[in-house]
Amino acid sequence: MQGISAVYRKEMADHFSSFRFVILFALIAMVSVITSYMAGITLKESLEGVAKPQFVFLMLFNTTGAMFSMVQFVAFFGPLIGIVLGFDTINRERAEGTLIKILTQPIFRDAVINGKFLAGVTTITIMLVSIVLIISGLGLILLGVVPGAEEIWRLLLYIVISVFYISFWLGLSILFSIFFRSIATSALASVALWIFLSFFVSLGASVLADMVAPANAPGVDSTEAIVKNIRVKEGISLSSPMSLYTKASATVIDPMRKTTEALVLMGPMEKISAGRFQNPLPIGQSVLVVYPYIIVLIALTLVCFAISYLVFMLQEIRT
Amino acid sequence: MENGNVIETFDLTKRYPRQTAVNGLSFSVKEGEIFGFLGPNGAGKSTTLLMLLGLSEPSGGSALVCGLDPIRQAREVKKIVGYLPENVGFYGDLDAVESLRYIADLNGMDRDATSEKISEALETVGLTNEKRKKVGAYSRGMKQRLGMAEVLLKDPKVMFLDEPTLGLDPDGAARLIDLIKTLNRERNITVLLSSHHLTQVQKISHRVGIMIKGEMVAEGSIDALAQEKFGVDGKEYSLEEIYMKYFQEG
Ligand SMILES: Nc1ncnc2c1ncn2[C@@H]1O[C@H](COP(=O)(O)OP(=O)(O)O)[C@@H](O)[C@H]1O
Ligand SMILES: [Mg+2]
Repeated sequence: MQGISAVYRKEMADHFSSFRFVILFALIAMVSVITSYMAGITLKESLEGVAKPQFVFLMLFNTTGAMFSMVQFVAFFGPLIGIVLGFDTINRERAEGTLIKILTQPIFRDAVINGKFLAGVTTITIMLVSIVLIISGLGLILLGVVPGAEEIWRLLLYIVISVFYISFWLGLSILFSIFFRSIATSALASVALWIFLSFFVSLGASVLADMVAPANAPGVDSTEAIVKNIRVKEGISLSSPMSLYTKASATVIDPMRKTTEALVLMGPMEKISAGRFQNPLPIGQSVLVVYPYIIVLIALTLVCFAISYLVFMLQEIRT
Repeated sequence: MENGNVIETFDLTKRYPRQTAVNGLSFSVKEGEIFGFLGPNGAGKSTTLLMLLGLSEPSGGSALVCGLDPIRQAREVKKIVGYLPENVGFYGDLDAVESLRYIADLNGMDRDATSEKISEALETVGLTNEKRKKVGAYSRGMKQRLGMAEVLLKDPKVMFLDEPTLGLDPDGAARLIDLIKTLNRERNITVLLSSHHLTQVQKISHRVGIMIKGEMVAEGSIDALAQEKFGVDGKEYSLEEIYMKYFQEG
């Protein structure tokens, strides 16, 4: 423990005094203010003269204003936060000759990666909580609604899922920083994998699904074929952390959503009118719907971490 | 440890895919001794030190540091060994006190007692006046002395100093050597010192070992080695002459 807490404290101090953190934070804060303002304006206009529906507060997070919703922004940009915080964790210390010095102090070798990973996770949590607070504050001002207890729980759950999602990318970039001696290589590898998993997997999923289970193959019952095609596509895209996260967070933020699949895209007005005819899902049920996705996200993070651990423990440290 | 050997190696070997860096090395360093660990670049000195610290796993043979196994008892070994790596690195944005505080934290030292220990270590290496300067702005000599302060902070029983005089001016090297001698005498710290400043090494070493191509070709006091190579002819030989003789033959 002594090693972990020393490394953790050092790493936290480094994060909070670095330009990297300041720039990242400024960027995120700016985007959250703008998106939630847009969302707030959109909501306000469409709610004009209508009785305030339930869960309007949560809509601040998933209403697409001019560009994208907050949930979409984190899904897209979150990995970059993890990567920026982690891509040079170990190889920078190696390059500067400080790694060997730390590892010849009486600590366990894994204390170094554990302490650094935990510091990264803390930093991510602080960032996300601040974003949610900024948006909530704006929401209060713009819409004049106070979040209910359930909405607060849902937001907390959303933060937890997002922390896991970004931590996966942190773990992955730390793995690359152990694996590659060059800082530029580890940065590039992390970004390449991010682009691949986030964009090409979903594109590739439909291509592959069409190959494996074509939807309009001759001589097959077409309904069955379409269902099979969709299943395959689903299965493949589950290997993308981004689609795992998008599904989980969208369900948590939107109580009206009863599956992880959004079959129809709805604007706020449609959502509200749909809501008049159906009851929202209780939070416990929402959690039941998304927990497999959360488990997979956590498992992915743990796998990353386990590999980092193995590689680091077996490596010869010369600098 | 019963036999008074702080360091002992038995047929210690390190093979890399393309070459053998350390080949069947057996030597010992006694308690309270300054052992000059000599040899040309690439002889395998640093690799030996890494194996003694458990940072590199031997391909064969074994080693004991104060009776402890560096692989299985790595943490115990690291508690008593102060290691100054070749080209020691620092966090450039910390000052000397902050750097030392981090080392103290990693050693689990009591937070209240550390401030005093830090000032004392800085005083010993002569950095008190520069202690609030960022290490990034330190000269090579100052960095080397800060490295010594980090080593001293944990009250080591043994010091492994890997080419501490490398890149220092003659005066800086001499002062560092004097410091090592003082520490050895006053605190009874055993020292394993690798260096190419042979005149300096000769001044303070009780015994030396000469390593060439992964093997220890000579081990003993400077007088004994002189006698072995040049016979008894009443002449005083310098370590430099002895080293060159072994080097040409090895
Ligand atoms: N990671 C490595 N892989 C292969 N060979 C290595 C590695 N590290 C060091 N060596 C080789 O081992 C030999 C011993 O190196 P080293 O112990 O650093 O020598 P010294 O410290 O005596 O100058 C050198 O020939 C070096 O090239
Ligand atoms: Mg060396």
